[in-house]
Amino acid sequence: MVAAKRPSFGPCTLSILSSILTDTIALDSVTHAYDTESGKLPVLNDLSIKVAQNAFTAVVGPSGCGKSTLTRLIAGLMRPDEGTVWLAGEQVRSPRSTVGMAFQNPVLLEWRTILDNVLLPLEIVKNSLSRSQREARAKDLLALVGLAGFEDKRPSELSGGMRQRASLCRALVHNPDVLILDEPFGALDAFTREDLWQAMHDLRRQEPFTALLITHDLRESIFLADEVVVLSGRPATAQYVLSVDIDPTNGSHRTLDDLYTPGASEMLATLREQIRIAQGDAPKAAPGGN
Amino acid sequence: MLRKIAVPLGAVLVFLVFWEWLVWVNGWPNYKMASPSDLIPAYAKFWDLFLIYGWQTLWRTVAGLLLAIIVGVAIGMVMGLSKTVRDGLYPLLVGFNAIPKATVVPVVALMFVGAHDMNTILIAFMISFFPIAVSISIGLSTLEPEYRDILRSLGASRFTIFRKIALPKTLPEFFGALKVAVTLAFIGTNLMEIVEPHGKGLGHLFDSGKISADYPLMFAVLIALAVLGILLYYVVVLLEQIFAGWAERAET
Repeated sequence: MVAAKRPSFGPCTLSILSSILTDTIALDSVTHAYDTESGKLPVLNDLSIKVAQNAFTAVVGPSGCGKSTLTRLIAGLMRPDEGTVWLAGEQVRSPRSTVGMAFQNPVLLEWRTILDNVLLPLEIVKNSLSRSQREARAKDLLALVGLAGFEDKRPSELSGGMRQRASLCRALVHNPDVLILDEPFGALDAFTREDLWQAMHDLRRQEPFTALLITHDLRESIFLADEVVVLSGRPATAQYVLSVDIDPTNGSHRTLDDLYTPGASEMLATLREQIRIAQGDAPKAAPGGN
Repeated sequence: MLRKIAVPLGAVLVFLVFWEWLVWVNGWPNYKMASPSDLIPAYAKFWDLFLIYGWQTLWRTVAGLLLAIIVGVAIGMVMGLSKTVRDGLYPLLVGFNAIPKATVVPVVALMFVGAHDMNTILIAFMISFFPIAVSISIGLSTLEPEYRDILRSLGASRFTIFRKIALPKTLPEFFGALKVAVTLAFIGTNLMEIVEPHGKGLGHLFDSGKISADYPLMFAVLIALAVLGILLYYVVVLLEQIFAGWAERAET
């Protein structure tokens, strides 16, 4: 098992520089606080996270610890009070079109068909594709997540899981370098969720992207990610980093069976322990308690 | 399709028969309550006037309504996009809306003496812009932040977000308010025509009926106003189906 590592910066500036240039997502000592009526509410404290190119990192932590703030900072929708956010070696100062986002709420536009919803980013982001090329691209993605034949339906005609699939296609249609997922599977039932985990792996095999997933589901985090970052309670900092080490039982890619191996159980136990610490309960602190 | 026309038409017929029966069974004289059969001669006698005055009422109502749409949408937009403006304007708007428009009629009539068309349009506008402004402002201010974020995270401008998301998303609310505004605008037009008679519109015809004690004519005017109201209402319904038909869920 991987030991907890608090990324420590300081004298080794050169190594920071090199990591910023090679990693696709790099948060460097980010500190952020919200202004509230009762003063400053710190949410992130000296948080550093690095995601290598085409890697998949999951972020877990107690609720209300600033995970969504993290996504807004990476997307450039907000700027941190202190520290810097880097995307592909460039400092993030404003939103950029190389990012795709999906939220817990699929936020599809009800007045558009599924196809037109998926095409939306291509209407904003500069690209040289013709109308037919765009449609072909969107239809390919929809087929990849099992929505072939639903192109002309309205969002209200689709189930929650199907809407979330369409929302993933929209996040990916403009070929973003970075995919930011803010609990996109959180509101779905267990079976649909597992289906979508598979769809996520399929998408990744088809066209690699760098992803940062915010989730509350520990099984989801180890099934999808290469690395899981546990955030501490608010103000959040990176408390623990787990390298997910799953040997796919069927050889080529992860299946749900891989979640029921001793190795996976051990990783889940470690994560649960870390979450407990983050929530402020020392593990088995009070004898007989809890 | 046949059902869609036959059912409301049948309901109107049932209503007319019930009305006729009610007058007949109570033996009401026509100055107390005219019956539908009294209206036919009234229409026959004054048909030309109904066409001329009906047109005057209709175009002035539509003009007032268009003005209400332009001003209402503009006010709703600034209120929906800025909380400061919303906080500042709401009490003013509510207060203005609370003033009975019948009391404003003489004020406006004095303000622009002789400009009858303008006065009438102004009252129709004043009485009908409020629901439009409120619906647009609520539609814009309740837009979930995620809707904005999906476009903003791609670097879209405020205007693009407004055009592609906020505007279409508010359309159903806008048409809901417009349906209310249509009937209100008719009330406004007729208030002016009746309270400050200037020889134009169905309100004037109503007033003539009152002066000459022609009670069936007064009832005939009321029915004519109702017919115009229904007409304009369904024009709005048609526009709604064209521009915001997506909001209507398929029957299951």
